[in-house]
Amino acid sequence: MSDVAIERDAVVMRARQITKTYGATRALKGVDFEIRSGAVTVLFGENGAGKSTLMKILSGVETPTSGILELDGRELQLVSTVDAAEHGIAIIHQELSLCPNLSIRDNIYMGRELVHGGIVVDDRTEGVRTRELMARLEEQLDPRTLVADLRLGQQQVVEIARALAGDARVLIMDEPTSALSGNEVEVLFRLIRELTDSGVAIVYISHHLEEALEIADHAVVFRDGELVAKGERDAIDIAWVISNMVGRSADDLSPELRDEFGEIALSLRNVTVADPSNPTRLAVDDLSLDVRAGEIVCLYGLMGAGRTELLEALAGRAPIQRGTVAVGGRELRGESIADRIAMGLALVPEDRQRDGLVQTMSVGENSSLASLIAYVRGFWIGDRRERQAVEKGIADVRVKTSGPTAPITSLSGGNQQKVVIGKVLMTEPDVILLDEPSRGIDVGAKGEIFALMAREARRGLAVLFATSEVSEALGVSNRVVVMSKGRIVREFDPKNATREDLMIASGEATEEELTGSAHR
Amino acid sequence: MNAMTTQHAEPTIAKPAPDPKRPSRSVDIWSLLMEGRAFIALILLVIVFASLSDSFLTMNNLITMTKHVAYNAILALGMLFVILKGGIDLSVGSTVGLSGVVAGTLLQGWQLDLFDIVAFPQVWVVVIAALAVGTLVGAVNGVLVTRFNVAPFIATLGMLYVARGAALLISNGTTYPRLAGSAELGNQGFLLIGGGRILGIPTAIWIMVVFALIAVFVLRKTPFGRWVYATGGNERAAELSGVPVKKVKMRVYIISGFCAATTGLIISSELTSAAPQLGETFELNAIAAVVIGGAALTGGRGNVRGVLIGAFVIGFLSDGLVLLGVSTFWQITIKGAVIILAVMLDQAQQRIKRSKNAALAAADRQSSRQAPQADN
Repeated sequence: MSDVAIERDAVVMRARQITKTYGATRALKGVDFEIRSGAVTVLFGENGAGKSTLMKILSGVETPTSGILELDGRELQLVSTVDAAEHGIAIIHQELSLCPNLSIRDNIYMGRELVHGGIVVDDRTEGVRTRELMARLEEQLDPRTLVADLRLGQQQVVEIARALAGDARVLIMDEPTSALSGNEVEVLFRLIRELTDSGVAIVYISHHLEEALEIADHAVVFRDGELVAKGERDAIDIAWVISNMVGRSADDLSPELRDEFGEIALSLRNVTVADPSNPTRLAVDDLSLDVRAGEIVCLYGLMGAGRTELLEALAGRAPIQRGTVAVGGRELRGESIADRIAMGLALVPEDRQRDGLVQTMSVGENSSLASLIAYVRGFWIGDRRERQAVEKGIADVRVKTSGPTAPITSLSGGNQQKVVIGKVLMTEPDVILLDEPSRGIDVGAKGEIFALMAREARRGLAVLFATSEVSEALGVSNRVVVMSKGRIVREFDPKNATREDLMIASGEATEEELTGSAHR
Repeated sequence: MNAMTTQHAEPTIAKPAPDPKRPSRSVDIWSLLMEGRAFIALILLVIVFASLSDSFLTMNNLITMTKHVAYNAILALGMLFVILKGGIDLSVGSTVGLSGVVAGTLLQGWQLDLFDIVAFPQVWVVVIAALAVGTLVGAVNGVLVTRFNVAPFIATLGMLYVARGAALLISNGTTYPRLAGSAELGNQGFLLIGGGRILGIPTAIWIMVVFALIAVFVLRKTPFGRWVYATGGNERAAELSGVPVKKVKMRVYIISGFCAATTGLIISSELTSAAPQLGETFELNAIAAVVIGGAALTGGRGNVRGVLIGAFVIGFLSDGLVLLGVSTFWQITIKGAVIILAVMLDQAQQRIKRSKNAALAAADRQSSRQAPQADN
């Protein structure tokens, strides 16, 4: 422990022996944690490791079961986020919490409107300050623009501006870059440096390990509700982070893959898809690709590269404007989603909560939803047939549950994802599309999901999956297809490709940046 | 506030963690009480009214009250499908009136000006025509919602007016007073629908029972039933799983319209007259029955048993209060309070459920991390 407090690195806020229990579950087990002024403290950890709980406590969303918070050496009790904000502690949440029906200005001053004489909102001053804030964030936007009209990345910038408007001394950022493009991330990082130079303490959480390491001054790693490791910027690297996060050495995502494939199972020719949020733009532009039976093809690319749009169009959610798609040699002609599932083409969607699960239903009902028709005799569902299929399906993907009647919401993210995959596998597909299959699940479950994917490929399924994580692209595929701006820009054999190759091809980083960062 | 906060108070420091999958007994009894709260309320109602009035628990009164319950229950069963899907049908009250008027106008002679004759169709034709009209109203609702993306509240609100207007136009605002038909025209028998008895029990009650059984079967045993729940629970996920969401939506409104037309036939037969005003505000009673029965207005949650209990609570409550001579004004007020109370209890129950599930999910996360399996 280096408690040598230089002026800029003084401890502003400290958590002592914080515990938090939810019923029988201990989310935090006596955590000591320090936040230093003028520095970026990065928190690493899997989902459920306790970092989000700690952030909720630091920002007044939750109160600790035991333990003490200190601000400037004095004990502090936070009862609400408003309370925290008054102490200069602000949080930028992972999920955007903006009102799309209001303007940028009104969002930024929501709940702390500037008023004339206690009655009338001072629109003008708010507007001027908003403009200043947005200029600082390098977004030239009219403060009166509706948030609904902004791109996701711009909305994230508004969220950040809102935290800044409160003159925060401690700024907590929970996955602030998840919706940002490469350029926007750069701007954000410059801004973070500016803020730390002026003495603001920043706590930064990200699943994007490389990115988070780049900005870190201090790093701490959480596992199972405990702070298991801490280190200074110069002393740590990705391997250190991963091994501490997992509690064992990294590199566990490399299931056995086939190297001989069958017939072409999915064939795309000149596929073009309009951007659903802006129909004049093309989300997928003249894309051609074949996937063979038993092959795992990875679509790698940044957010906005068109991966999701492509997969959703293939599944039948959105229309394909031009080009042809053939499944097992049969050309698609605008079939419904149900018809495509019957043809053997099914999608595991990106957003599990929004598109994958029916939260009001049980594990079993969710599992059988897509294949229900197969269990029907006459007019009704054969109970036994369905039960047997569900039990087999659940066991097949190794969902850990007390039984098919358990509510789906009683499962962890990883197990929920297995249910979604199980549901799709129960339709007996020939081609399976997976959009960010590891999103929001922890490393252990991630390994299981990919092992499952590889097993299905070995059984002859054609797999096309999209990811924005380099390690997944290289670790679990037979072929990596890099997408950028709706087009395929490069193809790699993962055996002969490096992380840098992929990042350069996707436009995530330039060659100079990568060599530059290696020298640092 | 977050659902998890309900468990704050419990000081779990070092004692061995209880298995969260097996909640303690006290929790079980509590949630059982919550689960059966509508039924408990119904029993309490019966006990209170029986102790206050000698005539409440007589066979005759029970049958009369149940008959009244049936009118609302049949509407509510149709409403249940719509609400499970995540919609609402405000047009059912007007459909009740419209189907009665259609039956009335056909039974009293259908003026065919073109041929200068008056047609007197047989009763079965009348019944089918009235049901068809109700189904048509449902179909229009369905088309508005699925094809033109009109919000269900607005679409069915519009149809509430349109159907009522149609009833007034057809009848010219007057009541058809004689629905008995006559022997020489061969159109007798309509009055048996609402006035007849089978094994001493009014037909309306039989129809309620049959409809309820069919609804249970459809919701629990057919793919369509599962699809209704799935669509109401998460439309996007249902659609991506291949559920024909639009077809499902269309059908639930048709079912609701059909149920409303059936109610219209039963009541006008019972009253032996068809008034265009029949069924005003019935939609609200139907919604109340569904809600008291524990269904979520957001969709995806609810069942037939709950709806029936809800209809009984509302029906017994109003008839019981009448029996006690409580003023109509108080009846209305009490009914409103009961509905609000039901929804508040429902919220509390959902909160308990959510926090239980969240605790299970958290335990699941931990266990999966403690025993990481390296497999492939």
